[in-house]
Amino acid sequence: MVNKEIKRIYLDYAATTPVDPRVFRAMKPYFLNEFGNSASLHTFGQNAKEALENSREIIAKTLKATSNEIIFNSSATESNNLALKGVAFANKNRGNHIIISPIEHNCVINTAKWLKKQGFEIEKLDIDKYGIVNLDSLKKMIKDETILVSVIHANNEIGTIEPIGEIGEICRKRNIYFHTDAAQSFGKIPIDVKKMNIDLLTASSHKMYGPKGAACLFVRKGVKIEPLLHGGGHEFGLRSSTVNVPAIVGFAKAVEICNKEMEKESQKLIKLRDRLIKGVLNKISGSHLNGHPKKRLPNNANFWFEFVEGESIVMHLDSYGIAASTASACSSPKLEPSHVLLAIGFKPQEAHGSLRVSLGRWTKKEDIDYLIETLANVIKNLRKISPFKKNVY
Amino acid sequence: MYTKKVIEHFRNPHNQGKIKNPDGIGKVGNIVCGDVMWLYIKVRKKKNGEDIISNIKFETFGCTAAIATSSVITDLAKGKSIKEALKINKTKIVESLGGLPPVKIHCSVLAADALDEAIYDYLSKNKKNIPEELKKRHQKIMHEKKTIEEKYKDWIEAEEEMHKNN
Ligand code: FES
Repeated sequence: MVNKEIKRIYLDYAATTPVDPRVFRAMKPYFLNEFGNSASLHTFGQNAKEALENSREIIAKTLKATSNEIIFNSSATESNNLALKGVAFANKNRGNHIIISPIEHNCVINTAKWLKKQGFEIEKLDIDKYGIVNLDSLKKMIKDETILVSVIHANNEIGTIEPIGEIGEICRKRNIYFHTDAAQSFGKIPIDVKKMNIDLLTASSHKMYGPKGAACLFVRKGVKIEPLLHGGGHEFGLRSSTVNVPAIVGFAKAVEICNKEMEKESQKLIKLRDRLIKGVLNKISGSHLNGHPKKRLPNNANFWFEFVEGESIVMHLDSYGIAASTASACSSPKLEPSHVLLAIGFKPQEAHGSLRVSLGRWTKKEDIDYLIETLANVIKNLRKISPFKKNVY
Repeated sequence: MYTKKVIEHFRNPHNQGKIKNPDGIGKVGNIVCGDVMWLYIKVRKKKNGEDIISNIKFETFGCTAAIATSSVITDLAKGKSIKEALKINKTKIVESLGGLPPVKIHCSVLAADALDEAIYDYLSKNKKNIPEELKKRHQKIMHEKKTIEEKYKDWIEAEEEMHKNN
């Protein structure tokens, strides 16, 4: 379908990343030679076990946690499910009130919805037009029955970074568990679970150049939590299932690389990101930036364009070899506009023309310039077809 | 997700744009997804007295499928008599595109509605007999239209303002 000759440019790193070749190399032996079950007594098993524990140690250190606070599993979705359901059911006797932000990832939103059906009370925090949580609304919302607060560290669509240190402090003072979904931020911006008073944290491998199928939940020692899966008692009894050692080894290697290169990498990405934002806003009339201009992920840019629709933008870009993404209603299976854009006050038609561009380790300046130029053309052509105001281009 | 045909029409849509002094306009929108389609027709009388659609153009704000169905319906309707054109329905549109993903079937309904509305507009402006079936469809579409026009009020006003000035 897509012209094979054209150069393809990947600008959807927030959806998933390629595996870094260094990560791939680190994983390989655990597929081929050291393939043992980490629960087995023999040398095959014990070698796998050692790799698993080394990986745990690497990730714990990076988060400033201890090893036995890291629970490996298969995805950020699973981690978020475990955090919310696990804490909710283990702490039922203390209360049934759970607070989340309105711009959580769907896996938190939908888990919360399900918990509501089980009799828990779910409340959503106030946010401003950039998506930043209002701390006063949090203070006011907390009551005796509150058992958990869950706020995404950096939003997956608009890239806004939340003040999780402050949120953590408020929760700790009130003796309430605080969970943060750091799937988009871990490896990109510094996290210290101690300083930030975080009780539970979700991290994912395939958003940071590790393989798919590996993720973890940090659970601070002493937090009361129930497992979702019962079985052989793996992962301190919190996640029974044969452990996916190769993927976890890859995850840990990816964390190591991100941690070592974070400063340099984020500086480079911020430069590229700001070049993109400036370029688009200058070159394309009727274009707007979504999310906070500064408090945003180094690799995220999100725009909306007047009079055009997002899915059409993405499809046109794809025919020029550029991969980006949209949260427009037309691209969602339910035909509803993004709950994140609606929550930051967008009218439905504004949420219609959104485009997310997420940069990564292999993004070059030329890619950004090519995108800006191509995007200007695409928007112009779509506006020509659009029945709405056309004197903008 | 989309067939080759859909992508072809999407990338190079046929008959895009507007017709000056059209004989009929169909303006429709889908409340759920928010897509909007405007269809313009020009009608000419043939020697045997039959009305035929001599020219047709579209303007669409919407997804890939909305643009592709707009394009394909102009192909299907061009040169057809009003009577034949009224037979173009979503099944025909979907067929001529080699299929649409299930969530995108409603985009073809939008195109069929737009054509119905354009024809209705032409018939009623010219005080012609309107088939009962078309009247019914028109009523249903009008209901949706109100909601959609409310949604895009600012944009539609800006557009109309611009036309007045031109
Ligand atoms: S998604 Fe509604 S017309 Fe295409």
